[in-house]
Amino acid sequence: MKSLQKIDIAARDLSEEVHDANFIGAKMKSERRYAALERDYADPDKLRETAGLIKQHTLENLDTYLEKAEAALQRNGAKVHFAVDDERAKQVVLDIMNEHGCKSMVKSKSMLTEEIHLLDFLEKNGKEVVETDLGEFILQIDHDHPSHIVTPIVHKNRRGIAKSFEREGLGDYNDDPETITRRARKFLRQKYLDADVGLTGANFVSAESGRIALVTNEGNARFCMAANKVHIAIVGIEKLVPSDRELGVFLNLIGRSGTGQQLTVYNQFIGGPKSAGQPHGPEHMHVIFVDNRRSEVLASDCREILRCIRCGACLNVCPVYRQSGGHAYRSVYPGPVGAVLSPLLAGNRFPELADLPKASSLCGACNEVCPVNIPIPDLLLRLRDKAKREKAGDAMKGTPDLTMWAVLCSQPTMWKTALKMGHTMNYIPTEMIPHPSAMSWQSQRKLPKFEGGKFRKWFKNHKSN
Amino acid sequence: MSSDRDAIFSSIRKALEPIKNPAPMPEWDTELVISRPSGEFASLKDQFENKLKFASARFMDSVDALGEFLKAEGVTIGYCDPALAGRFAGLEGVEIETEYDEAKIDVYGFGITRATAGIAESGTIMLRDQDTSARLAALAPWIHVAVIDEKDIVATIPDAIERFGDDPSIIFCTGPSKTADVEGILIEGVHGPGIQVALVI
Ligand code: SF4
Repeated sequence: MKSLQKIDIAARDLSEEVHDANFIGAKMKSERRYAALERDYADPDKLRETAGLIKQHTLENLDTYLEKAEAALQRNGAKVHFAVDDERAKQVVLDIMNEHGCKSMVKSKSMLTEEIHLLDFLEKNGKEVVETDLGEFILQIDHDHPSHIVTPIVHKNRRGIAKSFEREGLGDYNDDPETITRRARKFLRQKYLDADVGLTGANFVSAESGRIALVTNEGNARFCMAANKVHIAIVGIEKLVPSDRELGVFLNLIGRSGTGQQLTVYNQFIGGPKSAGQPHGPEHMHVIFVDNRRSEVLASDCREILRCIRCGACLNVCPVYRQSGGHAYRSVYPGPVGAVLSPLLAGNRFPELADLPKASSLCGACNEVCPVNIPIPDLLLRLRDKAKREKAGDAMKGTPDLTMWAVLCSQPTMWKTALKMGHTMNYIPTEMIPHPSAMSWQSQRKLPKFEGGKFRKWFKNHKSN
Repeated sequence: MSSDRDAIFSSIRKALEPIKNPAPMPEWDTELVISRPSGEFASLKDQFENKLKFASARFMDSVDALGEFLKAEGVTIGYCDPALAGRFAGLEGVEIETEYDEAKIDVYGFGITRATAGIAESGTIMLRDQDTSARLAALAPWIHVAVIDEKDIVATIPDAIERFGDDPSIIFCTGPSKTADVEGILIEGVHGPGIQVALVI
């Protein structure tokens, strides 16, 4: 009787195995996050709030900081490029590869490259590209997509991975995680040595020094800058922070928020090509700043979402994500952050994803854990409003007509009268009310006994005292 | 390309124009980001040791201890920064090369390079490119030994950031390379060192 939204269907159709993998993984990371922050800080909220203010300040002065970062990088000997959208970004990467005569690329994890579908494009243009993050590598051989922004293969288990490795000729079937990791180590090591170019994203960019901060655990980003001669960093324009000093705030938050680590194993700060005496590493560094609708988000009333440092904490804590998994969000960015960011980045395809902001009970857990204190529930409401105004069809699906309710709520006299009559609800079988909104709401809940309607009278009598 | 630059800056400025009072930069005290110590320590070195172990890295403070360790691990050949090689010349049963030969990347069982600093707060080893004799030596072997002068152990992450200088590539290493991608199970030694040693001298 209830018509389901797409995310409900995805959650319903998820196999038990995948559901459990998502659920347990998310719960574990949430618990570790809490433990790490409480252990290490007297007032973790103060830290989160400060981080949020720093990012908001940077965003609201983005032109100044972006100019600063550009100048600093150029000073350090890096080349700076700009790309307005996905097409341009891909082309710039290809042009750089061609300019240096590069054929093969090793790359570390970058959500932005997922967003612009860089791999397909480079492969179509005759380049070899290898993902080196273990999870991303497994996704690549499976032609799959990440379901989580920090732990991309949280939806997979060792048996499936062992089968993929066997299929790809990486050894006989063996589902021991250590064996899987060693085999990947061996295979990828050769790729690092053979590649001409290493591509990375950036977690933060210090405007003052131009340094790109990269946060990883495996060491693959280090290897993408060791044996090859060209380094390309592809960066969303929202990644800036004012100076190196602020990195201290964000590094302390990102590991703890994402996986409960005090610091991720490797934090790299790359300001330019290798130093003069260094025998290894890139002689050329290219940084590509990509807009791809971020400036549109900056112009919207949801600009706070650009503070996001992609830690994944809001996914892990979200009851909807835990049930549905990341793929249910049908976009690169899943979970609460994705429910805001994906429809905004979709541009004129907004209606296709306009149902995502409704996939939330507005419980507020995402806001509470967010290291940059993004008021995600408020942003979800703003997007629901946008969907309604723009009459985005998908968003309305499964929503009964609430016009009557809306009229009632916007007319004080009618509202007062209705409340006075509320008691009659206790004498009628409410589940039988033949209005779709009432039926839909009650299909999963029971109306409690009405005991209201007395407050105004009480308040009137107690006003002066 | 420059047209992309212009387009991006103009749309950013257009987006920001209606914001009459842009959010100010918050004042924040460095104390805010310093984590609560996990105990009381007599020295920064002690705290560093404690945190290093917490991060699953190994702490050593003598060349002999390193020798024993390498022996126990059954490693016989490795690379060492030429400037440090003198200290390790007496190690028995291990062959040390001071010129990194890329063809031997899988032959070297260890790499010894200089660390610029240690961070007591987090058990982190800081490597600056200008102080690292060969990037691959600190990354490719199963065992990486970072040699840290005791006086280079700083208290906090902000202290380490202040030492960045003009170096183009700085790395904080907090423990061995690791992953939990496969079913959340922790495996050490993915692409980088499976064993991270800090040798404080
Ligand atoms: S919105 Fe906040 S909690 Fe979610 S991924 Fe981004 S920074 Fe982390």
